[in-house]
Amino acid sequence: MTLQNAILELADDNLILGHRVSEWCGHAPILEEDLAMPNMSLDMIGTARTLYAYAAHLENKGQTEDDMAYLRGEREYLNCLLVERPNGDFATTMLRQLYFAAFMEPYWQAALNSTDDVVRGVAGKAAKEMAYHIRHAGEWVIRLGDGTDESAQRMKTAVTDLAPYVDELFQSSAAAQAAEDAGILPVRADMRAAWDKTINHIFGLAMLNTQEDTFAQTGGRQGLHGEGLGHILAMMQSIARAHPGAVW
Amino acid sequence: MTPETSTEDQRAFAVAALVPDPEVPCINVDELGILRWVRVENGVATAGVSPTYSGCPAVQMIEEEITKALQSAGYEARIERVLSPPWTTDWISDVGREKLRVYGISPPEKTAHKISALFGETRVNCPKCGSDNTEKLSEFGSTACKAHYRCKACSEPFDHFKCI
Repeated sequence: MTLQNAILELADDNLILGHRVSEWCGHAPILEEDLAMPNMSLDMIGTARTLYAYAAHLENKGQTEDDMAYLRGEREYLNCLLVERPNGDFATTMLRQLYFAAFMEPYWQAALNSTDDVVRGVAGKAAKEMAYHIRHAGEWVIRLGDGTDESAQRMKTAVTDLAPYVDELFQSSAAAQAAEDAGILPVRADMRAAWDKTINHIFGLAMLNTQEDTFAQTGGRQGLHGEGLGHILAMMQSIARAHPGAVW
Repeated sequence: MTPETSTEDQRAFAVAALVPDPEVPCINVDELGILRWVRVENGVATAGVSPTYSGCPAVQMIEEEITKALQSAGYEARIERVLSPPWTTDWISDVGREKLRVYGISPPEKTAHKISALFGETRVNCPKCGSDNTEKLSEFGSTACKAHYRCKACSEPFDHFKCI
């Protein structure tokens, strides 16, 4: 199990969620959110770029960050299933963002102690950005959860819909485990307490209940994805594949 | 700049430092704190540059502008992206902060962002009238590094450089 795969898991999580969030550009309910969505998307895609460049460097076959993003197929993508879930309504999008950021913020904080220079560098930036995402998404979860009957119902539906995809965040693949043992990456399961604390705090204010005893859907780290990922890759990779080596 | 800088390093640094930020042109890359160092060896000037935000679209342009500035001063130019330690708004110089304020952008507080500030309102002063009677309109503004505010004293809308 290679370090490259462990880095790709992190990069794929950030790219795919970055792409999903960018789908709101031009469609967000208010102008401020139309600015916020691409900005959050840029944070995640920027993080992915550095990680892809590192993964390409580890492979050492003259590949670039673009090869990693544009020339791997669906089964080669190692993102967790949460990030590829469709945007749904604004409640679903914001809850998905909160779940992801509430995991990544303590993860990147812990990664500041990594034995790896690149991981430490990425972590320093991303930890602060994810704290911002927690605040932004958290405010929306509260606003909608403790809002009108309609918005509260939509938040509850989002909690139910996304519940199966939470546990995978805390599971480490064999590749991730090897990197964790080497002190390169933090142990995913260790983020549970911090995640619970953030979510419980926000859910308390949002009048929402957490979902207990849900079946956990996994497979993303083995390249087994839902229908949504193929559509994302088709859109994202079509130009690069139609014009191999094109520069723009 | 690193401690062991030579006169030549300092000369090259002074050249690169004049490059303005393409999105906030009132302030240059030195005042912004993203130009970390310049080292000259055998006519090759290598500039260490730290990105502000992970996805800042201006990074590439800034690196190209620094390359051009060094080339026009007679150096062969190289860029080294410095990720660690990560850039923070604390590195914006006092001169840079004042320039931001005069330009109409409320500068970031001089304290690194903390998760404990979750939902805590930070006090932001209006860059026009100085009042702290302001309200946040949007967590995200016209660029990745700014949030949007409005002054309730003088009614001026303004950008606030986010503190990270």
